[in-house]
Amino acid sequence: MALEKPYKDVPGTTVFDAEQSRKGYHLNQFCMSLMKAENRARFKADERAYLDEWPMTEDQKQAVLTRNLNRCIELGGNIYFLAKIGATDGKSFQQMAGSMTGMTEEQYRDMMISGGRPIEGNRYVGEKK
Amino acid sequence: MARITASVYTSHVPAIGAAIDLGKTAEPYWQPLFKGYEPAKAWMKANRPDVIFLVYNDHATAFSLDIIPTFAIGCAAEFQPADEGWGPRPVPVVKGQPELAAHIAQSVIQDDFDLTIVNKMDVDHGLTVPLNLLCGSPEAWPCPVIPFAVNVVQYPVPSGRRCYQLGKAVRKAVESYDEPLNVHIWGTGGMSHQLQGPRAGLINKEFDNAFLDQLIADPEALSRKPHIDYVREAGSEGIELVMWLVARGAMADTPPRVVHRFYHVPASNTAVGNLILENV
Repeated sequence: MALEKPYKDVPGTTVFDAEQSRKGYHLNQFCMSLMKAENRARFKADERAYLDEWPMTEDQKQAVLTRNLNRCIELGGNIYFLAKIGATDGKSFQQMAGSMTGMTEEQYRDMMISGGRPIEGNRYVGEKK
Repeated sequence: MARITASVYTSHVPAIGAAIDLGKTAEPYWQPLFKGYEPAKAWMKANRPDVIFLVYNDHATAFSLDIIPTFAIGCAAEFQPADEGWGPRPVPVVKGQPELAAHIAQSVIQDDFDLTIVNKMDVDHGLTVPLNLLCGSPEAWPCPVIPFAVNVVQYPVPSGRRCYQLGKAVRKAVESYDEPLNVHIWGTGGMSHQLQGPRAGLINKEFDNAFLDQLIADPEALSRKPHIDYVREAGSEGIELVMWLVARGAMADTPPRVVHRFYHVPASNTAVGNLILENV
């Protein structure tokens, strides 16, 4: 019997469940390795070579190389792990979160200052805004 | 015997820690937030506990995907502030309370909550930012802290109901400890926020304020709120709010006194809430 996953119809949202976690194990553990300064230095010196040390899929590696965080999440990444790439790049959490929304950094920051993204129209996939 | 006299609820946004560490608290962006915590700080100064039982979550710091404990109790004598990728925060070492922690672990496990016991662990912003918000930036934290980490990163996270019942078990454990300690229990994380995907930046003030109302007045009913309501209404990371129910469950069954309530948007991507309840 299939497991109940009522969160699949929340728009613009990927819930990091056991299935995503299994897909993203090596991607996330690669991210975790960036908590060590020497690993950050090695990654920065040659990103491709560093990624090739991990049993990640080619899609996952490309998503990291292009810093496509939405794609990383689709492929099993979790934002708290992906944040280690942001830290390596000198990006704030707000810059990272904003980069997934299609907004510019300034637009995203302004949206947050004026109260954030409204819930109206953002509860269900296909909901009218 | 030991007793729980009060509970504190607060968000633990990492950017708040960065604002403190970089001396930005007086900047116009941050000033309203830190001003809103002034009454909480004053209360903390006047009501210093002997121990804080601090419920928080680790953010891919002490726990990678290698081991994911649902409930982990820190029984060590001390806990170092973690390097989360930007270098360790310049905050004091967190002193533990191993005797009480071991006592709580034994009692709570015998009450059917299968805790993971952790004797070596670094603590991240989830634990240190709340300490800064309530205690400022002292040379040493004012009292020992028992870190209690809840998995809210990988689904399924524990239900609100489970967290609330766990709080009751923690209360019973504390009250069976012989030494007359004054214990605070803190629930941290939240409020509404989403850090990922095209819906990032979601804030829901109505949800947050209704949550605060119900946390004060009817936690029993609030504890039955299903996960999906948090995810849909408060954002994928708003699920952290289940941790507040651990602290609320540990309070007496009689209505508490509301000492302080504060709500502010935004801190970076997040809605910030702070509540202090005392047992009457």
